[in-house]
Amino acid sequence: MLRFLITKFAQMIPTFFGITVLSFAFIRLLPGDPATLLAGERGVTPERHAELMALLGFDKPIWQQYLLYVADVLQGDLGNSLVTRQPVLEEFFTLFPATLELSICAMIFATVLGLPAGIIAAVKRGSWFDHTLMGSALTGYSMPIFWWALILIILFSTPPLSWTPVSGRIDILYFFDQPTGFMLIDSLLSGEKGAFWSALSHLVLPTIVLGTIPLAVIARQTRSAMLEVLSEDYVRTARAKGLAPSRVIGLHALRNALIPVITVIGLLVGTLLGGAILTETIFAWPGIGKWMVDSISRRDYPSVQGGLLLIAGIVMIVNITVELLYGLINPRIRYRR
Amino acid sequence: MSLLEIRNLSVDFQTAHGLFRAVDSVDLDIAKGELVAIVGESGSGKSVSMLALMGLLPWTAKVTADCLAFDGRDLLTMAPRERRKIIGKDMAMIFQEPMTSLNPCFTVGFQITESLKTHLGGSRAEHRRRAIELLELVGIPAPETRLSAFPHQMSGGMNQRVMIAIAIACNPRLLIADEPTTALDVTIQAQILELLVELQRERDMALVLITHDLGVVAETAERVTVQYAGQQVEKQPVESLFDDPHHPYTAALLAALPERATSKRLPSIAGVVPGQLDRPGGCLFNPRCGFATERCRQEVPVLNRGALCHYPLSRGVPQGHPEHQGEDA
Repeated sequence: MLRFLITKFAQMIPTFFGITVLSFAFIRLLPGDPATLLAGERGVTPERHAELMALLGFDKPIWQQYLLYVADVLQGDLGNSLVTRQPVLEEFFTLFPATLELSICAMIFATVLGLPAGIIAAVKRGSWFDHTLMGSALTGYSMPIFWWALILIILFSTPPLSWTPVSGRIDILYFFDQPTGFMLIDSLLSGEKGAFWSALSHLVLPTIVLGTIPLAVIARQTRSAMLEVLSEDYVRTARAKGLAPSRVIGLHALRNALIPVITVIGLLVGTLLGGAILTETIFAWPGIGKWMVDSISRRDYPSVQGGLLLIAGIVMIVNITVELLYGLINPRIRYRR
Repeated sequence: MSLLEIRNLSVDFQTAHGLFRAVDSVDLDIAKGELVAIVGESGSGKSVSMLALMGLLPWTAKVTADCLAFDGRDLLTMAPRERRKIIGKDMAMIFQEPMTSLNPCFTVGFQITESLKTHLGGSRAEHRRRAIELLELVGIPAPETRLSAFPHQMSGGMNQRVMIAIAIACNPRLLIADEPTTALDVTIQAQILELLVELQRERDMALVLITHDLGVVAETAERVTVQYAGQQVEKQPVESLFDDPHHPYTAALLAALPERATSKRLPSIAGVVPGQLDRPGGCLFNPRCGFATERCRQEVPVLNRGALCHYPLSRGVPQGHPEHQGEDA
């Protein structure tokens, strides 16, 4: 177990360096530079521009800049935002709970609907339910997120329905401390009347939008994994014991079908954080997705680099957790370690 | 009254080319504590008929029968919930592949106690005690420690013993063993068979042994049913079947036994069991039968001296066959 973790973390090191190189290089490949953008519409004289670049440390040769950056990162310093002058790490973790809350809700939405849907489709293979579900899953998977978000907003957030708000995490009239950073929990803790419902109604549409692709993927994966498992001999054995179908399918078959499903759920976390960028921008959700987009358009090099690095780190940790889960679900994997 | 009564059981599978009849009007009676063997090649419908009895066929299978009664109760008209109370309790089944028949995700102990919990109730401690007792009974050493083992940590023979333990957990009155030794080593095969026969005798449990190994049949069974292409072609007590087979197919199977071989080359039956698309007219065995005549190719035979044949054999001579006139046994 310890050896497994050490190996996994060792494997993360090259990935980590790869990400520093890519994030460092890509943001600099974009036209424009921070000094010009900081100066704003009035523009800046070439002398002042050079002065600013020197001040920010961007006058040095590129390899020197990179080495300095990596040296800082290794010491746990991701630098300060060029715009807010705040440490990147601090900004990231102030905003991250918003993204995390949205991602968790989207994942719960996708799993709670996708898993049973996939199971039913597999059990009733070839039925109208199966065909409808697989058709909708393909549609859901292929839909552009921003288009889907706009359709939902037009349907549910504008008259005549006007059910849900379209932006932010909570109504502006609520104001309270946020000890956890999770609006649902904080609004409950605050004890303010209606705050929780306001937070919840703000979450509905972003959750659906962000959860649609994971929902489609989970449903399809569950269906195919279940189809494979349902024809296994041990499922027949379970039925031969006289067990109820719910137990045969929900315990004996599902437990074996979970491995591929957990794998895609793990991989989806990466997609989810990527998808969050679009979803957060559309719904003005104050999370890291929106922050990243803003940072890119301001050429805020340290923020973009730091943000990418942290997101990548989170995805890697999720993947290791998934591999640990395999062993929990399937003893054959546990004992091989 | 017999424990199991099957009359005119047929199973049809819905396929891309229409209905395929895998089991064709099979009759079977099994008395309490009796050991009956069903033999036949692969594809002869042996397993399918027993899976139909257990209700384990996929939904694409259509099961019909005049009577499918266990202990006087008709299984076909019974509600699924009622039927599940019999299956796994009074009527249990073990399968061919022990390595894949146990769920890899659960311990041996869990899989045994699950049956007990479902059918008998009782406390966890009782289940545990009974599970240890069962593992001991089927000859697994150190049963206490084996309870927490997973199937992949044990050998095929051990897993088959666990399967048997699960099957006999609720003291069934009928055990169906579907080629229980095919996937095992020869030395283990004998042990498992011995165990099954011993359990059958000690517990007065009826045992249906599905096999294609006639040697096994000779050693264990009391009565034998021979199946070919979904049909029962012959039914006899075991001694008389080996002594004087009536159906040419049975005779050919027996002739192919190494211990009965007289020439240097082992005789075989040319061809294969007909499938869905190459079913012959008349008798289904006619393309492979040495005695087949025009009548065999045209007319469907009926049961004649316990064999589904126009010219049933008597002491190796086909009775009433045009080319064998006057050759009475």
